[in-house]
Amino acid sequence: MKKQMMDTENRPVMPGFASLSRLGADTLLVRLAGSWRMERSLPGAKDVLDRAGDLSGIRRAVFDSSEIVSWDSSLATFLATFFQECERRHIRAEPEGLPPGVQRLLQLAAAFGRRMDAKRPEPGGSFFALAGERSIDLSRSFLDLLEFIGSATLSLARLVRGRARFRLTELVHVLQQSGPNALPIIFLISALVGVILAFVGAVQLKMFEAQIYVANVVGIAMAREMGPMMTAIIMMGRTGAAFAAHLGTMETNEEIDAFRTWGIDPMEFLVLPRMVALVMMMPLLTVYADLIGILGGALVGVGMFDLSLPQYLDQTRAALTLTQFGIGLSKSIVFAMIIAISGCFYGMRCGRSASAVGEATTRSVVAGIVFIVVADGVFAVITNALWI
Amino acid sequence: MNHEREHPISVHDVTVSYDGTAVLNNIGFCVKQGEIFVVMGGSGSGKSTLMKAMVGLLQPARGRVLYDGTSFWEADPDVRRRILRRIGVLYQRGALWSSMTLAENVALPLEEFTALRPGEIRDLVSFKLSLVGLSGVENSYPSEISGGMMKRAALARAIALDPEILFFDEPSAGLDPVSARLLDELILELRENLHTTIVVITHDLESIFSIADTSIFLDSADRTMIAWGNPRALLEQSEDPRVRRFLTRGRLSGAPEG
Repeated sequence: MKKQMMDTENRPVMPGFASLSRLGADTLLVRLAGSWRMERSLPGAKDVLDRAGDLSGIRRAVFDSSEIVSWDSSLATFLATFFQECERRHIRAEPEGLPPGVQRLLQLAAAFGRRMDAKRPEPGGSFFALAGERSIDLSRSFLDLLEFIGSATLSLARLVRGRARFRLTELVHVLQQSGPNALPIIFLISALVGVILAFVGAVQLKMFEAQIYVANVVGIAMAREMGPMMTAIIMMGRTGAAFAAHLGTMETNEEIDAFRTWGIDPMEFLVLPRMVALVMMMPLLTVYADLIGILGGALVGVGMFDLSLPQYLDQTRAALTLTQFGIGLSKSIVFAMIIAISGCFYGMRCGRSASAVGEATTRSVVAGIVFIVVADGVFAVITNALWI
Repeated sequence: MNHEREHPISVHDVTVSYDGTAVLNNIGFCVKQGEIFVVMGGSGSGKSTLMKAMVGLLQPARGRVLYDGTSFWEADPDVRRRILRRIGVLYQRGALWSSMTLAENVALPLEEFTALRPGEIRDLVSFKLSLVGLSGVENSYPSEISGGMMKRAALARAIALDPEILFFDEPSAGLDPVSARLLDELILELRENLHTTIVVITHDLESIFSIADTSIFLDSADRTMIAWGNPRALLEQSEDPRVRRFLTRGRLSGAPEG
């Protein structure tokens, strides 16, 4: 039900309307009346002109606003569009009959409108132009990424030769953040993954009375695949995102510029400690995740499938070889590099606006997880080819 | 050679572009030893871009930036690093490293570029911080202090290595009028006592008239520099309406006000 607009004495007020009539051969009289306020829907300029019928021969439009009860910027908005429509139809609108305040508003809007027009960017163009621009952007950011990886490698080489400038306190801080502080969440996720793997495996194996092999399933899956992979995904979301957010904020605050103008390479000062810290921490966290996952599996095996704990652990020890662990550990080192590079790359490329840090963080996490899964696939192909 | 000694910075025909669009065209000027040189202009006129091209953050598409006759962007990285070490920059928002305390911020350049012992560095840091009136808050983090204090701490960091040239990007931005004037006084003191050559990027007229020896004016429409001289002389003599409008706070003399 529409609410009737009332004036201060609670009498209904007529909503704003415009009526057009001819005033001589070439003049159109626009009569504006009622209350032009935003509370009610108001007539559209184009509709008013369309409904006026035959406007041929009209060259000028004049206004009579004597019956306007009250107005706000909705009247000015209506008139601005009305003037544009008139211009399109080659009718000269003469604002003299309008309330002086509205006239001033229209002048102001016209002045600023013109100035903004000058700066408006070109419209996007066709589908092919957009696709082309997007491809160029993509290839450019791929080249940027390669350049970033290149200079990260060079600074790593300088570090190995003992020539990189490096703040030990920064390294210790990142080690603390990415190592011990991540243990609780890795505990939770790995234990659950171990439990899930054991359930899926044991239910199937029980059909053959071979539930003891659930230890093999959980052990090998954790050490080779799920341990490094889940740790990497947790660390990407936790530490990689923190890297992107921290470096992004530094970029926004010109802190990275401040390093550059001192002739200090931000690559060595900011990226290198993060890379080194993650490469040191990820294998340790992965081993931790493997062990917790295996214990999670044991919980299911012992608790629900009538296996004894020593039996389960013996079976795990027999199934797991150093090769399995080795594969998991090599993956964790590669994943560590991916996390560090992805977090730092998007952080350092962050724009200067308030939303840029959030965007950089999101991009780094998405790209990081994609690269982690791709790298895992590459590992699968390589280990398969090598029969390990 | 003499010209180089008297003019530690000269900029020749510099054009800077972002993504192929020129944002600054054909800028050329020299800065005299020990003077306070102001780059002024409205918002979006490219003042900060010009500073970036001068302090090694943005390579110009064309033209040269010379420090004592050595072209910065054509020099090899070692020479560039040596030039940068003679420069201090105070950024618009301070740009203090947020994960370090004020003392660590000021100490970092000293640790990196001098062979001083930790005790000596500590003394120098307290001295520099006391120069900008920040004794006693050495161990605060940038997030714990006010905007004005942050700027002063950033100034202490910028002068840590006693630079020969100091750049200030919008020093009064975000400061109350009293703090802004205090910073102006500090700039004058630094020039007086350390004989530093100072380049200030600003649109703050009060600052411009109180500290500038020489200035250039960048126009946002033409994206180039349209005036060079002492701001008071420009106010009195410039016939360019854009310069006069800027220096008279938007009121052209003779034009009706309001």
